[in-house]
Formats: sequence, structure tokens, C-alpha cells
Amino acid sequence: MANLRQLQEGIVNSQIWKSIFRVGIPNTNRKRVLAVLGSLILHLHPVKVRRSGVRMSYTWCMGGTSFFLFLVETVTGLLLMFYYRPTIEYAYPDIMDLREQAPFGIMREMHRWGAHAMVIAVWLHMFRVFMTGSYKPPREFNWNVGVVLLVLTLLLSFTGYLLPWDQLAIWAITVGSNMARATPGAGNEGPMSGLIKLGDIRLIHAGDDARFALIGGRSIGPSTLLRFYVLHCMAIPLAAGFLMAIHFWRVRKDGGISGPM
Amino acid sequence: MSEEITPYQVVPKTPLAGSAAAEIRDQGEITRRSFPFVLTIAWTTLAAALGGLASILGRFLFPNVLFEPVQKFKAGPVADYSVGEVDERWKDKYGIWIVRTEDIMYALITVCTHLGCTPNWLPSQNKFKCPCHGSGYYRTGVNFEGPAPRPLERAKIYVDPADGNIVVDKSVQFHQERGEWTNPDSFLKA
Repeated sequence: MANLRQLQEGIVNSQIWKSIFRVGIPNTNRKRVLAVLGSLILHLHPVKVRRSGVRMSYTWCMGGTSFFLFLVETVTGLLLMFYYRPTIEYAYPDIMDLREQAPFGIMREMHRWGAHAMVIAVWLHMFRVFMTGSYKPPREFNWNVGVVLLVLTLLLSFTGYLLPWDQLAIWAITVGSNMARATPGAGNEGPMSGLIKLGDIRLIHAGDDARFALIGGRSIGPSTLLRFYVLHCMAIPLAAGFLMAIHFWRVRKDGGISGPM
Repeated sequence: MSEEITPYQVVPKTPLAGSAAAEIRDQGEITRRSFPFVLTIAWTTLAAALGGLASILGRFLFPNVLFEPVQKFKAGPVADYSVGEVDERWKDKYGIWIVRTEDIMYALITVCTHLGCTPNWLPSQNKFKCPCHGSGYYRTGVNFEGPAPRPLERAKIYVDPADGNIVVDKSVQFHQERGEWTNPDSFLKA
């Protein structure tokens, strides 16, 4: 018993232990305060939560669900990247192999259904925020961050749509990316694009407009697949992660989860 | 109404008096007494979930299907190989040299024993030479220069009695320094 106590003290007084747990055992009020201030979990999560903030019937927990689904998509997506190659030779066979040959064929299904669920959760979150008037000052800035996050969620779904590289994917992105033709000033069929001229020559045409930059060519092809893969796995998640950090921070700074008046 | 119990009647169960579960049920909230009970369930659930996740992550890294050459292949009949030649026809595909001497045939694995590069066969100098750090091997596979610590490995080689073709099995390897080159599976008698 004495040896056990010695061992415990040896561990607690070791440099490794002290480097991780700075305060030690919080047995005085001062140490308790320091433990709370120094805790990463209580840095990420509010120290105090209002009673209405944990009432499901009020919050629907849809913001938290959206974030949870984002994490699910991150983990499953990362795992899918081990088996998926974004080239026209391999993309479709790799998707089939993910279902038939790779361990846990459900992984891709989880990623796909998680994406659908995330879009629904984000919409419901916005609906709740709107219906409870939580977009009003002082939360108006955070509402706008949320609108951008909604767009990023939809773009994540849109870019992920192409990756299986089947007929559905190719034609869906063909149709979807045609919208970029109508970008004002930057798409070759958009308003005001016709005004950008050098003499009689139109500077915005099918070979250099916004759609061309988005899909890396005049029609959906290998460069589109690679572009959408990079957007799907790196660019948009990074942007969404950055905005989510701001979003959660502002929830706290604007007075926590809004409650009933 | 009688006191008789009908099949669709719900009989309220009496919780074990004084148990933590009973307290939660009675008071509808967590008390000081029941807190350790709740905490234990919560931590156990979390540990189980994380453990399950970790095992799935680990298993997912081991593919069920490999896109690489098979370990065991048929190398044609003995007559395809001429005496005194180091045959390179399987080098790119399977990583094997088949060497035929006057007496025996053997299959050398094309992996340098220094750091795993692929040596070249230099017929004019009658040796294998590794381009990475200059290890040299005789045609037997025995090292004689450079940093290689031991001879090349030989793969299992035998003639399939059904069709007379040579079969090379890379999954069985023979090390000279362990005295395994005397094993009858490591060479073919001419």
C-alpha cells in the first residue's frame, strides 16, 4: 500500500505529469479557479450554459448536429481518401471497390448519407434561428457567417457529387456548372459580360469565363474531377472550418445560445 | 374495476429501494448519491464508442484486395532458359532473376540486402551492382563489395509435375547466411 502511494506521488510529481496538468490536484479554491481557466475543454465549451440552452424543444440541437455531422464527414472522408484516386481511369472503379472490396463498405454510404443529413440539419438550424428571432442584434453578424456556412455546405455536397464519376455525376455537374455561365460580368452568357470588349472582340467567352475556371475546361473532364476533388477535400473544408471557429466564438461573445425572452 | 391484471395493463415496477437508479427515477434529476453511477455509465459509453471507432479506423487501413504482383507465378519450362545466363524477363513484373548454371537453377530476389533498392545485372562485369550505394554481388547472389551485409535471397523454385513449368514462390525465401541454400526447395537440379 505504501509502495502504491509512493508510485502515485512519483507519477504526479514527475515532469511529464506536471507538464500536462499544470495546476495539480485542485484541492484549494485558487487551484480550482486555475484548473477551470486552464482547461481546454472549458475553453472550447462554455463554463456556464443557460437552462434554455440545453432544452431540446427550444434549440432542436441542430447547430450541434450540423457540427457533429461535419466531424463525421471529416473522419469518413479522410478514410475514403486512402482508397479513392481522382482520375478518370480509377475514380469509378475505386468507388466500386470501396463498396465491394475495402473493409467496411458502409464507410462510403456513411459519408453520403451524412452529407444529406448535414444539409437537412443546417437548414433546420437556420429555420430554428429564424423562428426564434436569434438573427436579431447583437447576433446579426453571426447570422451572416451562418449564411456563408450554408453555402459552403451546399458547395461541399455539389463538389462531392462529381467524385463517383458515373453518368449521374457527370451530367449533374454539367447542368449545375452551366449556372456559372450566367455570372454577371464573369460568365460568357451573364449580364454585363457583353460590355467587356476590346473594339469588336468580346473578352469574356466560353474559353475564359467563370465556368471555365471552375471546371478547368469547356466541358466536364479529367481536370474538373481533380479540381472538384481538391475543392471538396481541402479548400472548402478549410474555409468552413475557419468560419465555424468564428461562428462558435461569436455565439459565446454575443451572449451564448439565445433564450426565450 | 377489479384488481385483476389484464394483458395490456402496465404494472409499474418498483425500483430497488435505495439504489442509484431508483433515486434518479424518483427525483427526476441527478443527485449527489447517484452521480457516480451516472458518471460511470457515461465514461463507459464514451470509452466503448472511442474503442469501437479506433478499431474501425485501424481495420480500415488494411485493404482486402492488393493491386500488386502475385507472390507465386509460373515461369515456363526449364528449356526456356539457357545455361550460363542470368535471365531478366521476370525482373520488372515479379522482381525475380532466374539463373541457370551447368548444374542447377535458382531464383534470386531483386532486392538489395543493404537498403532495399533494385540492383542491375551487368553481364560484361559478371555481377549484380546496386545503383544506390554500390553493393556488388556475384551471379550466385553472394555479396563481395559495397555496404551489403549479406547475400541476396533466393525464392522457392520447383517444377510443377502437372505441366512441367517452373513455379517460383517468393513467399518462401532462403538466406545463404543461415545455410538455407542447401535446402532442396531453393534450387532445381539440371
